[in-house]
Amino acid sequence: MSLGTKRLGKELAKISKSLPPGITLVKADDLQEWLLDIQVLDQNPIYAGETYRLKFRFGKQYPIEPPEVVFTKQENRPIPMHPHIYSNGIICLDLLGSSGWSPVQNVESVCMSIQSMLTGNTKNHRPEGDADFVSTNKARPKDIEFYYHDNEV
Amino acid sequence: MDSDEDFLSTLSSDDDIMLDDSENDDMSNGDEFDDAFDEDPDDEPDLGLQKQKTPVAYDIGFKVYSPGDIQQQQEDMMNEVNMILEMSKEDAAILLRHFRWNKERLIEDFMDNSDKVVEAAGIVTSVANPPQLETLDGFMCDICCDDDEGLKSFAMKCGHRYCVNCYRHYLTQKIREEGEAARIQCPAEGCSRIIDARSLDLLVTPELSDRYQELLNRTYVEDKDTLKWCPAPDCENAVECGIKKKELDKVCNSTIEKNGGCNHMTCRKCKHEFCWMCMGLWSEHGTSWYNCNRFEEKSGTDARDAQAKSRVSLERYLHYYNRYANHEQSARLDKDMYTKTEKKMVQLQSASGMSWIEVQYLNSASQALQTCRQTLKWTYAFAFYLARNNLTEIFEDNQKDLELAVENLSEMFEKPISELADSKLKDTAENLANGMSPNKL
Repeated sequence: MSLGTKRLGKELAKISKSLPPGITLVKADDLQEWLLDIQVLDQNPIYAGETYRLKFRFGKQYPIEPPEVVFTKQENRPIPMHPHIYSNGIICLDLLGSSGWSPVQNVESVCMSIQSMLTGNTKNHRPEGDADFVSTNKARPKDIEFYYHDNEV
Repeated sequence: MDSDEDFLSTLSSDDDIMLDDSENDDMSNGDEFDDAFDEDPDDEPDLGLQKQKTPVAYDIGFKVYSPGDIQQQQEDMMNEVNMILEMSKEDAAILLRHFRWNKERLIEDFMDNSDKVVEAAGIVTSVANPPQLETLDGFMCDICCDDDEGLKSFAMKCGHRYCVNCYRHYLTQKIREEGEAARIQCPAEGCSRIIDARSLDLLVTPELSDRYQELLNRTYVEDKDTLKWCPAPDCENAVECGIKKKELDKVCNSTIEKNGGCNHMTCRKCKHEFCWMCMGLWSEHGTSWYNCNRFEEKSGTDARDAQAKSRVSLERYLHYYNRYANHEQSARLDKDMYTKTEKKMVQLQSASGMSWIEVQYLNSASQALQTCRQTLKWTYAFAFYLARNNLTEIFEDNQKDLELAVENLSEMFEKPISELADSKLKDTAENLANGMSPNKL
């Protein structure tokens, strides 16, 4: 039994029952990969009426190590436009990197952080160098060293 | 970083000068002494010998320390602090690390306000309450969600309590995977309490403790101003050398490799956040992330040391001077062109069947070019003395526009006669001439 089994079990039990508004659990068949949908609830014109899909992947070290969290694209589930979100779905957010992560964070708190990161955003564009990054990056999201601390976006 | 090398070499040459000076003083004293005693002409060879003994300019004293020596040095310092301040060796170690092995500052600050120092370094003062593992009723670990009875838990003074197992995993991750030691923080989000060696010993296996100790040794060398690791691969020795002085205050001088897309960098060791493009403070970027094209005046220079600062100002000067000189050179070339303009006009007249009046635009274009070059040249001198503000930006935008238009015109001028009949050249020249005259800049 790996470290995170019990923890993930409890997390799943909790989020199956209730989640904050705008966040819904889509799929959690095992303790390796979960899918959640998020919506931006206020009237931010960039995200109005859209639903986005997040994919969580938990490593053996979760929750000591952060989970891998990316947006995945499919029909009716685009990648949200944001200066910290690449068009391949990789999210540049400090709490998803090893230095910003705390084992006390959980799936729900990560979803809420991402939701608020979208809510507060006013810039309808991708990160600079998005095309280059998307075509050249082969590293796993958590091995990429970017860190963001600003809460303004 | 280049600037570091420069910095070091400048420093070393300073040292050399000092060294030479003192050496010369000694020598001259010695000479006087000799002279006073005897005026034997046989002195000469001796003098020559003495001169040979003078250390060569690049020969700077250094010492090499083995891992054992490094350990010993730390022990010595701990013992010293332990004696002066009457505290345990472990606490002395924590304090020394907290003060980055600056013993003098530690003792001074401790004498000043011991409670504050002890608190900041994260030492548990009361002997009655050393860190220990506890079993509490109804405790649930926030990390693994385990709430079994008899679950052993641990918390530092900050009170963030987690089960021993999770704490152990957390520390293993930090020490093994992330190579951290002296500054491992409490697992709670936003809690900056540093885990001390005694708490760590309580929680992890001896094997991990060894690794922790090794990493601590490393931070000793990295923290000490005069020590540096031997650059040879796999060499465990450290080198002490007087010229290696870290005056980079906030930036810790470790080499950093960028492997991702963002320009926002955070140093793992000192947590300094900076922009990859300009090396300036990240916080000063405000909301213009990704967008660092400014020739920064403040943060970049602040982040670098004094030597680099002068380098930056030189670079800045060269940035403007090169452009100034470039326009001057171009103006000269355009002038040569002007002398040939009349000939061109005649050629164009016969080639295109335009009248003499009609080909006059070539002449006016050439004159516009001259005036524009002259103006552009001096805008760079002007910009060099400008303070940075919004108006400067508008100025630079105008400058850029003019530069673009001038280069276009200059390029058209160099085209063969057959293409010159194109009305674009005429328009551009006229626009430029018009744009210049009402003193737009």
